[in-house]
Amino acid sequence: MIPLPAVEGLPLPTVEGVPLTWYLLLAAGLFCIGIVAALARRNAIGVLMGIELMLNAVNINLIAFWRYGVTSVMTGQVFAVFVITVAAAEAAVGLALIIGVYRQRRTVTVEDLDLMKG
Amino acid sequence: MQQVIFALLGLITLGAAVMVAASRSLLRSALWLILSFLGIAGIYILLQAEFLAVVQVLVYVGAIATLIIFAIMLSRNVMDPKEPRFNDQWGLAGGFAALLFVVLAAIVTRVHWPISGAPAPPDAITRLGMDFVGAYAVPFEVASVLLVVAMIGAIIIARERDR
Repeated sequence: MIPLPAVEGLPLPTVEGVPLTWYLLLAAGLFCIGIVAALARRNAIGVLMGIELMLNAVNINLIAFWRYGVTSVMTGQVFAVFVITVAAAEAAVGLALIIGVYRQRRTVTVEDLDLMKG
Repeated sequence: MQQVIFALLGLITLGAAVMVAASRSLLRSALWLILSFLGIAGIYILLQAEFLAVVQVLVYVGAIATLIIFAIMLSRNVMDPKEPRFNDQWGLAGGFAALLFVVLAAIVTRVHWPISGAPAPPDAITRLGMDFVGAYAVPFEVASVLLVVAMIGAIIIARERDR
């Protein structure tokens, strides 16, 4: 990795010692772990947990960009709140679906749920 | 000091996330997920977004994790712990995720992000509240409608039907 030279006139990309890049890398790592959990888990609840991890990674990015950008404009935090709202709705409906499927089919393994397969 | 706290929180968050993906028992996965959520709440405090940190603990640790644990308990005795926890495409998924991380890391470290370096406003929570009833009033109301619809939908989907 060759870091680009700092642009003149802009302050160094760090707030209180922690560069913005660290937060973005943390969020990228969390997102990729979430992808593995969502794609490779056999249990449907495990898939949902992976999706929650991915949504959290997005929120870290939003808030890091708010903190390192123009902090007087709260758009980053507002969007993070909306993401949390949608995540809560998604978890409620998703888990209700899993419970419903379990009642009907007695399984929560994703591979066994191939009713719609052509 | 901040760097040490960030490193600790990042290690907790990522380590717990790895355990979520890799743990053999689903219930343990859910407990690791709670630890990961708490680590992320710490990251929010480090970023001086206190309101979001509290919301993170309330909504994710308090509500979503509890919901997930309830769902695991309601569908227990289905997954034999001796059965494989990953499907056949785990290698492909892992390779794809690793590739995506390399690409993201390359982009993130090479772009020069324009940052203001301004301190967080002391009245951040007041501003957030004013935004919710001001500029973002309509999305805020839509979000509340979404929550009601999701709640009704979850009740209807999970309800016991008469057979």
